[in-house]
Amino acid sequence: MNELVPVVEMTDIAIGFPGVKALDDVSFRLFQGEVHALMGENGAGKSTLIKALTGVYTIDSGRITVLGQQKNFSTPAESQAAGISTVYQEVNLCTNLTVEENVMLGREPRRRGSIDWRAVRARTREVLAQLHLEHVEPGSLLSEHSIAVQQLIAIARSVEVNAKVLILDEPTSSLDADEVSQLFRVIRDLRDRGVAILFVSHFLEQVYELSDRMTVLRNGKLVGEYMTRDLSRMNLISKMIGKDLEVLEELDQASTRSQARLAANAQPFLETAGLGRKGSVSNVNLSIYPGEVVGLAGLLGAGRTETARLLFGADKADEGSIKIKGEPLKMRSPRTAIDHGIGFCSEDRKEEGLIGDLTVRDNLVLAMQATKGWARRIPRRVQDELVAEFIEALDIRPANPDALIRNLSGGNQQKVLLARWMVTSPDLLILDEPTRGIDIGAKTQIQKLVNRLASEGMSIVFISSELEEVLRLSDRIAIIKDRAMVADISNDDVSVEDVLTVIAGGA
Amino acid sequence: MKSILKNRLAWPVIALVALLAVNQIFRADFLSLRMQDGHLYGSLIDIMRNGAPTILIALGMTLVIASRGIDLSVGAVVAIAGAASCAYIAASPEPASPVTAAVAVLIAVVAGLVLGVWNGFLVSTIGIQPIIATLVLMTAGRGIAQLITDGQIVSVTNDSYKAIGAGYLFTLPISILITAVVFILAAVLTRRTALGTLIEAVGINPVASRLAGLRARNIIWIVYIFSAFCAAIAGLMISSNVTAADANNAGLYIEMDAILAVVIGGTSLAGGRYSLVGTVVGAFIIQTLTTTVYTLGIPPEVTLVFKALVVLTVCLLQAPKARNLLRNLKPASPLRTKEKVAV
Repeated sequence: MNELVPVVEMTDIAIGFPGVKALDDVSFRLFQGEVHALMGENGAGKSTLIKALTGVYTIDSGRITVLGQQKNFSTPAESQAAGISTVYQEVNLCTNLTVEENVMLGREPRRRGSIDWRAVRARTREVLAQLHLEHVEPGSLLSEHSIAVQQLIAIARSVEVNAKVLILDEPTSSLDADEVSQLFRVIRDLRDRGVAILFVSHFLEQVYELSDRMTVLRNGKLVGEYMTRDLSRMNLISKMIGKDLEVLEELDQASTRSQARLAANAQPFLETAGLGRKGSVSNVNLSIYPGEVVGLAGLLGAGRTETARLLFGADKADEGSIKIKGEPLKMRSPRTAIDHGIGFCSEDRKEEGLIGDLTVRDNLVLAMQATKGWARRIPRRVQDELVAEFIEALDIRPANPDALIRNLSGGNQQKVLLARWMVTSPDLLILDEPTRGIDIGAKTQIQKLVNRLASEGMSIVFISSELEEVLRLSDRIAIIKDRAMVADISNDDVSVEDVLTVIAGGA
Repeated sequence: MKSILKNRLAWPVIALVALLAVNQIFRADFLSLRMQDGHLYGSLIDIMRNGAPTILIALGMTLVIASRGIDLSVGAVVAIAGAASCAYIAASPEPASPVTAAVAVLIAVVAGLVLGVWNGFLVSTIGIQPIIATLVLMTAGRGIAQLITDGQIVSVTNDSYKAIGAGYLFTLPISILITAVVFILAAVLTRRTALGTLIEAVGINPVASRLAGLRARNIIWIVYIFSAFCAAIAGLMISSNVTAADANNAGLYIEMDAILAVVIGGTSLAGGRYSLVGTVVGAFIIQTLTTTVYTLGIPPEVTLVFKALVVLTVCLLQAPKARNLLRNLKPASPLRTKEKVAV
């Protein structure tokens, strides 16, 4: 690695929003040919720093230099022109366009004034080949490809422009193990070609596997810059959360939850028989008892989210049946589910959870208000009490009910969405990837919360790509494979290997 | 949050004040009010009275737009409401009695509600895009109004009916009072209940709203019914003011003025957060403009161009991009961070 001139140097950057000081004199350096991990809990300022570098936010003070030149980015285009490319957590491509259109969008080679499609295709093939994506047809629709491939295509865009700097914000959060290793191969290739890579991930193992250097942020402030090989995992975590590891230890105790409460409950809260929907998922046979955590395990795209959506009525089932407390029920819409005591946190926070332009308060009471109807407004006093209670209980930051929810960090947004359902005191809460893309601190808090809610008698359906997490929290595990439910196993002494065997072997 | 709201209203209010000031410069008695025969007179009163139908319709339009919709049919509803009430009065055995006028008003309001139900049905139940769904009634509505009036201009002579648009109560024109009542009604309806927040939720993110258990269908129905209700009242006002129903010209292009008022008032056409006060200010700006044209003696042939220029200026001042450009002309101001959120 060369220590001469950083490709990117950010000095004393400060950015503030009303009520939030997002970045407070943070400095950051990025060198050619390195993978640099930006570490910190949610709300630490990682996304803000990236947005400052990519021109999404204008900095209030400080200095950004790229390749020795001072830059004052006020639009993403300016940042891109300076050689900085970004692949965001949620893929920012047009799914209704083809692969080649996405790769070349806005830079299509022209011939006599119109787009030279032959050149577009040739160039796309070339770029895809560099990323080992020969099997992707340039003329196919982007939406036909998995999230993983879409992410690689987003990277292909930056390869196409010969980006000097590639920013990867949580690129692995929706990928399975194979896809991650494919992605890492591409990242290492690019690094060896001299690209400076800024990598943000909540998966510690991946950070250690991939990065050469890391910068740690906490609460909008710089903690330090370290060589990855010199910083142990324990040290890193304590730098990120700024205190000892007691939180993490607590979790292990919490997981030794008593199974006794299950015996007393003869009647399941929710039962399904052969539930399914064409083109979605089939053969879902679940019995969920009060106070029980049922984990849904399976590969990404196997049909876990689809199962959750059927249980909640977000999609209508066209086969099988659902019973609630022994009574058959036609699940017509989410509203039917909610009226029968079911809540659902979608994996897609931005599109299916948040009402971005409304406040934390409005978002938090939304489900409760919806069930009451528009005419019976929850009195302001009651709203204030509820919101204050949950901001405190879930440690939502900033603790300002009037902050717009889109200004909160991912972890805090997730907590508000959890609170949205908790205020309705549901009997069953379906959590689809509630810990995805959020930091260790918030993740632990949410896991503890799941434990607590279950011990208070709430049923939980818990979906997560992290098998360890599912195993740690669940009493029973339903395994979804190839868009059908294939097994339902009790979680005594089940290991990751056992579950993987079922997923791999086929039942 | 309060500073953003303030921010949102700041430019429209400044524009309105500036317009009034221009008028005052050119006509010294512009802002003066005088009492005559127990009635309040003055240019400001005229602006409010003439702007009343636009304000009414813009109030309904605000809620529709906040829900991610648009209502192009309001002009047609104005025509139908006026036609229905005037046709009833003209055909009734006692065309001058207050009872007849009351029944006529009732008929117009019910007609408005029915038309609102129709729009709401097309948008929420059938799922037609609002611009197309309301285009149906926009086109068909004038035809319906002509059917009602047999293609004639129906004149009526009924003092009670005339009072709606031209009468006075407590020294003020009744049309202003009616508008104020509807404004208060809208404010109470949306902010004392949860309706306002739920309309915004549906407008900002319909998918998330559905998953949170919102019955968007009902919400959408309410906003279209309210919009048509406002248009019907405006139709009564317009026809009462001229004591005649003109199926072809009553409320013609008023939907454009209403949409303009909403946009000038700071509510985004993309739906979501809205401001009723902003809309009223926006409608005042449009009406004041018309007055300004006369005050300045601008020739009628360039009137529309002049109007367009002022509207363009106000909209530009509200656009974050244009404001950034403007700001970059001056040295950086300390306000920058605060305003970023509005972007």
